[in-house]
Amino acid sequence: MTAHYETREHDVLIIGAGGAGLRAAIEALAQGASVGVVCKSLLGKAHTVMAEGGIAAAMANVDPADSWKTHFRDTMRGGKFLNNWRMAQLHAQESPDRVRELEQWGALFDRTESGDILQRAFGGHTFKRLCHVGDRTGLEMIRTLQDRGVQQGIDVYMECTVTRLLTDNGRVSGAFAYWRENGRFIAFRAKSVVIATGGIGKAWRVTSNSWEYTGDGMALAYEAGAELMDMEFVQFHPTGMVWPPGVQGILVTEAVRGEGGVLRNKAGERFMEKYDPKRMELSTRDVVARSIYTEVKEGRGTEHGGAYLDISHKPAEYVKKKLPSMYHQFKELADVDITKGPMEVGPTCHYMMGGIRVDAETAESTMPGLFAAGEAAAGLHGSNRLGGNSLSDLLVFGRRAGLAAAQNARRTSAPGVDSSQIDQAEKELLAPFSNFGTESPYAVHRDLQEVMQNLVGIFRTDEDLKKALAELEELKVRAFKASVEGSRLFNPGWHLSYDLKAMLIVSEAVAHSALARTESRGAHSRIDHPNLDPVWEKKHNIIVRESGGMKRRESPIEEMPEDLKQILAEDKS
Amino acid sequence: MKEATLRVFRGDSNGGGSVDYSVPVAPGMVVLDALHYIQGHLAPDLAVRWNCKAGKCGSCSAEVNGRPRLTCKTRMDDLPQDRPVTVLPMKSFPLIKDLVTDVSWNYRVNRKIPPFEPRKGVEWKISQLDVDRVQEFRKCIECFLCQNVCHVLREHDKKEQFAGPRFFVRVAGLEMHPLDGLNRAGLLKDHLGLGYCNITKCCTEVCPEEIRITDNAIIPLKERVVDQFYDPLTMIFRVFGGGKEKSL
Repeated sequence: MTAHYETREHDVLIIGAGGAGLRAAIEALAQGASVGVVCKSLLGKAHTVMAEGGIAAAMANVDPADSWKTHFRDTMRGGKFLNNWRMAQLHAQESPDRVRELEQWGALFDRTESGDILQRAFGGHTFKRLCHVGDRTGLEMIRTLQDRGVQQGIDVYMECTVTRLLTDNGRVSGAFAYWRENGRFIAFRAKSVVIATGGIGKAWRVTSNSWEYTGDGMALAYEAGAELMDMEFVQFHPTGMVWPPGVQGILVTEAVRGEGGVLRNKAGERFMEKYDPKRMELSTRDVVARSIYTEVKEGRGTEHGGAYLDISHKPAEYVKKKLPSMYHQFKELADVDITKGPMEVGPTCHYMMGGIRVDAETAESTMPGLFAAGEAAAGLHGSNRLGGNSLSDLLVFGRRAGLAAAQNARRTSAPGVDSSQIDQAEKELLAPFSNFGTESPYAVHRDLQEVMQNLVGIFRTDEDLKKALAELEELKVRAFKASVEGSRLFNPGWHLSYDLKAMLIVSEAVAHSALARTESRGAHSRIDHPNLDPVWEKKHNIIVRESGGMKRRESPIEEMPEDLKQILAEDKS
Repeated sequence: MKEATLRVFRGDSNGGGSVDYSVPVAPGMVVLDALHYIQGHLAPDLAVRWNCKAGKCGSCSAEVNGRPRLTCKTRMDDLPQDRPVTVLPMKSFPLIKDLVTDVSWNYRVNRKIPPFEPRKGVEWKISQLDVDRVQEFRKCIECFLCQNVCHVLREHDKKEQFAGPRFFVRVAGLEMHPLDGLNRAGLLKDHLGLGYCNITKCCTEVCPEEIRITDNAIIPLKERVVDQFYDPLTMIFRVFGGGKEKSL
C-alpha cells in the first residue's frame, strides 16, 4: 500500500498548544531537542486564553506571611487530601520562579505600590496569591509563551488533529494525525510524546469549555494503554452565565468574588453564610457550586435559575479596571451593566481534576515515553482544584514534562513505526464517510451532553450513574454508525465524529469511577453517600483499557513523608 | 419562536455562492449560535472557525451584513430582522472553505518581530502607570479583523511589504514595555512597511477590543521612526547615546 500520508520526525512531539504544551515545548527546546507542537486550532487560541483570574504563586508580595508551605497546605485541603502530595509540593515550591520567568520573557502583570507583581485573593487561598493582569491573565500568558516558543524555533502544526498514538513494543513511538484544512494525513515519529490537550467539558451541556475540550488526549493515552486516574472529579465552576440561553455556561471569573463580589438568592439573602460562614464567597469552588445549586433547587433561585452575583457596591471605575472583560461580556451579551446591578450566575462544567496518571517528578505516564501535563494530567488537584492553581500547574508541570521528555529522547534510539497501525488509524478515521445511515454526529453529541448533564452532574446517585452507563452504551453504538456529509475539506461534522469517540471514552471513565466512589469528596458529591469516607481517602480510582473493555482498579495513595504531614498539621483552622 | 434567514457563503477555492438557511432565534442569540444551529441541523459540513464563544480568543471573525465582526459578539437582535443576515468569510485572506480563511500569513509576519528583550541589569520593578499604558496593546485577541479591513492589505494586497495594524499593535506593546531594551524603529521602517499606513483608521473602527490602533499605536510609532531617521537633532543625540540601547 503506498503511503497516503506525509511523515515528520521530532525528538519530542507535543500535542496541544495551551500553556502546558507551550511551556513544555520551550523547555524541551532549551534542552536541545527538536520539538513539534500539534494543535487542533490556530496557535494562541487554546483554552489558556480564557483563564481570567490569575496564576497562584506564593510570592508574598502582598501578604508577606505567605510561603510555599501555606500554598501546599491550601492545595491539599482544597483537594481533600486526595492530591498527589509530591506534585502539590513541587507546584507550591516552583510556581514563583515560573511566574518570574514569564515576566522575564515579557509578560506584564499588575503591580503593587512598590512595583512588584500584584496578587489578589481567591477561593481557598489563605493569602492574596494570584498574580494577574486585570481579568485577562491567560491571554498575557499564552501570548508570552507563544512568542517565546516561536522565536526559539518550535515547529507548529496548526489545525491538525491527532487521532491515534503509535506504539512500538510497549512504548510510544509517534502519532497519527490529519490536517483539518484539507483532510490529508500526517504521521509523526517521535521518541517522546507530551499530551497537553486539556479537559473534557464538551461532554456536558452547560460548560465554559470550547469545542476543543473533548478529552481526546486522555482518550489517546487510554487507547494506547496508559492509565487514567481520579476521573470522577469534574469541577463545576460556581459562576457561569445563565441568561440569555445562547451564553449559558460562559465563565464569570472567580476574580469577581476575589475583588469583593457577593452572592445572594432571590430573597436578597447572602446564602453563603449558611454553607461556609468563615470563607463565604471565597470558599472552594465545589462548596460554592453546590450552594448555588441547592439554593436554586430549593426554590430560592433567580428568574432564570441562578444566583445573583453583585460587585456594584464597588466604584464603577474600579470594576471596569479590575474586571474589564466581565464588564464588556455582560454589557454586550446580556444587557447588564455590572457596575450598576447584579449578574445572574450558576454552575458550569469547567475543569477536569482527573486525567492521565503521571509521575510527579517527570510527568511521565504509565506508558514509557508518554508524558502528560496540565489539565490532561491527574494528581495535583486531588478532588477539587483551587482557582489560580491551574495556570501555575501548566507552567510548573509543563516545564517538567518538557524537560523529562527531552531527556528521555536523548537516551532513546529512534523508535520503529508500524505502518499497520497507521493503516488502521486511517481506516477508522475515514469510516464515517462510508456510513450511509441517518445518524448525525451532532445529534449523538447533543444526547451525550444531556446524559452527562442530567445523570453525571454536580450531585450523583447510584441509580443515575448506572442509568448513565447504560445510556452511554447506546450512544456508543449510535456514534459508531454516525455518518458524515461533504468532503474531507475542513469538515466539522467529520471532526465531531472523531471527537465523539474520545468524549464517550472519558464519559464512561467518569461514570465508572463516580459509581465506585461511594462517598462525597471535593467535586464528587453522592446524594446516597453524603459524607467523606476515610477508606476512600487512601485510594485512587484507576481506569485502564484491557481486552474486553474498560476496567477500573483501585490504587493506594502513597504515605506522605513526615515533614509534609507536619506542614498540614501546623494550622488546624 | 421567531425565525431568521442567514445567507451564508458556501464554497472553497474553486468557487461557491451564498446559501439561505432558516434558523429559529432565541433571546440573546449571537450569529455564531445561528451558525452552530445550521451545522447541527441543516449543513453538518459548514466550516466555521471558533473557540471560546466569549469574545476572548478571536477565532470567529467574518463579515456580517458587510461589516467585519466577531460572530460570537454579534447579537441577532441587533441586526435588521426584515432581511437575510449575510455572513461572508474575511475577504483579505485566501479562502479555505465556507467561512474559514487561511490566516497563516499573519503568523509568518509575527516571526519577523523580535520579542521582548530586557535592558541589561534591569531591576524588575514597574509602576502600575507603566503597565496601564501598554495594557491597551496587549489585550489584542488576534482576530485579524483589522488586517482584513485595512485597504493596504484588502485592496492593494501589499502583504509582502506591509505588516498590517495587528503587528503595529504588537510592536507598540513591546516598544512601550517599560523594561524593554530593543529599538524596533528600523524594522518598522524597512521591513514592516509602517509608511504605507495613511491613517484612515478603518482598523480602529472594527477592533472588538476597542484598541485605538491608529491613534495610540501607529501614530506614536510613526513619530518614533521620523524622530530616529528623519530628524537631524535626534540623529545627533543618538550618536551620543540616548533612547534604547540596542537597535536592530
